[in-house]
Amino acid sequence: MANSISPHATHLQPQGWWRYFGFSIDHKVIGIQYLVTGFFFYLVGGVLAGMIRTELATPISDYLSREAYNEILTMHGTVMIFLWIVPVVNGAFGNYLVPFYVGARDMAFPRLNAVAFWMIPPAGILLIGSYFIGGAAQSGWTAYPPLSLTTPATGQVVWILSVLLLGGSSILGGINFIATILKLRRPGLKLMQLPMYCWAMLGTSILVVLSTPVLAGTLILLAFDIVAHTGFFNPVQGGNAVVYQHLFWFYSHPAVYIMVLPAFGLVSEILPVHARKPLFGYTTMVYSILAIVFLGLIVWAHHMFTSGTPPWMRLFFTIATSFIAVPTGIKFFNWLATLWGGKIALNSAMLFSCAFILNFVLGGITGVALAQVPFDIHVHDTYFVVAHFHYIVYGGTVFVIFASVYHWYPKFTGRLLNEPLGTLHFVLTFIGFNLCFGPQHWLGINGMPRRVSEYDPQFTLMNQVSSAGALLMAISTLPFLFNVIYSAFRGELAGDNPWRALTPEWLTSSPPPVENWHGPAPHVEHPYGYGMVDPA
Amino acid sequence: MSIRVSVLIALLSVLLVLAGLWVGANVDLLPLQASTNAPVYDELFQVLFSIGTMLFLGVLGLLIYTLVRFRRSSGDLGDGAATEGNLPLEIVWTAIPAVVVLFVGLYSYNIYERMGGMVPLSDHGAMHGMAVGEENGNAKVWAGIGAAPGLSPAVSVDVTAMQFAFIFRYPESNIVSGQLHVPEGQLVQLHMQANDVIHAFWVPQFRLKQDIIPGQPTVLAFTASRPGTYPIICAELCGLYHGAMHTSIVVHGRESYEQWLTENTPPPVTA
Ligand SMILES: [Cu+2]
Ligand SMILES: [Cu+2]
Repeated sequence: MANSISPHATHLQPQGWWRYFGFSIDHKVIGIQYLVTGFFFYLVGGVLAGMIRTELATPISDYLSREAYNEILTMHGTVMIFLWIVPVVNGAFGNYLVPFYVGARDMAFPRLNAVAFWMIPPAGILLIGSYFIGGAAQSGWTAYPPLSLTTPATGQVVWILSVLLLGGSSILGGINFIATILKLRRPGLKLMQLPMYCWAMLGTSILVVLSTPVLAGTLILLAFDIVAHTGFFNPVQGGNAVVYQHLFWFYSHPAVYIMVLPAFGLVSEILPVHARKPLFGYTTMVYSILAIVFLGLIVWAHHMFTSGTPPWMRLFFTIATSFIAVPTGIKFFNWLATLWGGKIALNSAMLFSCAFILNFVLGGITGVALAQVPFDIHVHDTYFVVAHFHYIVYGGTVFVIFASVYHWYPKFTGRLLNEPLGTLHFVLTFIGFNLCFGPQHWLGINGMPRRVSEYDPQFTLMNQVSSAGALLMAISTLPFLFNVIYSAFRGELAGDNPWRALTPEWLTSSPPPVENWHGPAPHVEHPYGYGMVDPA
Repeated sequence: MSIRVSVLIALLSVLLVLAGLWVGANVDLLPLQASTNAPVYDELFQVLFSIGTMLFLGVLGLLIYTLVRFRRSSGDLGDGAATEGNLPLEIVWTAIPAVVVLFVGLYSYNIYERMGGMVPLSDHGAMHGMAVGEENGNAKVWAGIGAAPGLSPAVSVDVTAMQFAFIFRYPESNIVSGQLHVPEGQLVQLHMQANDVIHAFWVPQFRLKQDIIPGQPTVLAFTASRPGTYPIICAELCGLYHGAMHTSIVVHGRESYEQWLTENTPPPVTA
């Protein structure tokens, strides 16, 4: 259906600005809806992070009440993961780009797509609303029992409902991506001709579909424990708290790849365009994505090295986790090789992409270290881990999201973002980020546990450096916000293909028409054919 | 590739390795070493830090060099070289992380064994002398690091973690204390239990951490190596006062420990 031009489709789709607020089934509108909603929650999560860093600017617990602090740290994690990163790298860019990349006029199930998006705002409202009805959840984004069974029940149950909705949205999206990539390709387009982001989304969606239902089941059992006083995870009633951890991490480790694989895909689109070179090692890139998907499913217990897991299990999960470094390493070398010998434009998209490489390599190195049981035993549940995963999800994925906004903004709007403002945004973000999270490695190694609102005064200086970095990160959003709003009206006109890119989304007008192309979809066999074919 | 370039690459690689080794040996990020575990841990840390530094500096250098050398001059609308891949090169950089990871894995396994981590669970040896476990009859006992079966600890302490304190009981002398006192140079075994939520026992200067999970009595063993007072920190979010849940461990010299014992042993209860 989505493959043929349906002449009435354009009439069914609203055309004005209000379409972004309605139940549109146009994948591009849904993509933008995901992006803007996600960015709104990024600001919410950022304010929460700011409150955490304000509390931690002094060693005593003084700025927030203890309840508020635990609520905020729980909300910060949940909002950033489930309402910002996952929906944006998957839902926003996935919806916008995947149909173009497979040569389709929309996703396989356009209505399901809209349903998946519209599950997010109520989930977000529930989550934030829980703060005002008896207090939000206080047991961290991990919600480990028995703690989650003893903290105020209302907030915890609302948290579960909200995460279930978001997980459901994610599953619906995953099914849609798999169907679109496998079944909706333009006739003649081979899988190995797809842009890399399609492969990343295929891998991610497989992870989503396999692991998210496990999280859903686990949280439903947890809800039973809270509401109906069953004892699945409550040792007092003969339940087992460690089983929860296994089930939770069976989803939540793959969740890391649900957040970073799409980012790998996006970077693989951005680098070739701005370096004017083909993506290096396409085939190894594809296989390394598949390897990451497979390995990502069998490493979850590395989060439980101090939980009394049996030695063989610790050994197995150490080895499996370490080996993820191999396919991941391949991708990083391939990106460097893509840049090598290119004609690199050092614009905002490129700056954020290159900083992503650096940040992620650092996060990957600490990740391999953390995978080693003896290493992990000392730093587990400390600020070292906080630093590590922020280098992965912020230094990695969020940097890529910014790179992607600079890269695709002209596609979305027909106008370019302002480059000097973009560079300013980059410099502030890069310095702020490293200032904020770099010192946290040292804090963790030297004795500061995570999720605390007070600490030993010997850690004051480093915490203040970290808080100053957080302030800089907050400031860095201002030029960005101004830029995206100002440029929408006054930005330099971009034309249809300002980057002279070869991937299919650029081979139509900017912004594109409702069913993506006025004529038939272009047949793109070489999405990275720089230096090979004449740029169209 | 010309000989000059090859020599240059070889030279830079040697420099990188030297830089990594130097950083690993000279940049000290770790707290004091106060248990026999700590030097073993720090050896692993140093090796990982060295390798990590080499990899990071290597990528950093390569990236900056690439960005500077291949920067597009303004007005240049041409494309770069149309290289789509290079199999030998790709094999090399599959091999680099594979070899590094294999080495790190084997090495850390060795470290882990030296720390006494490879003890099978529910080992009846670990049950031996287990005051807490006895109440639970058939309860499984979980082993943290260093809880080797067959080792007879010089000091055995029952630990209860609760919201928001650690309580230490010395079964032989009936001492109950909020602070852990142990002698230097002797094997100490902790029998740990939690009744409310999950806590974790962490002594940064010992490089030692173990979760204390309700329903799962856990044994942990260590040998302190340096007299002094060190923090014991709860590392698992356990509620509102989680950040305030810490106490200290006092490592005594031999005589001072005996003195502490005699001073604190409660008089026998006359019935
Ligand atoms: Cu993980
Ligand atoms: Cu605690």
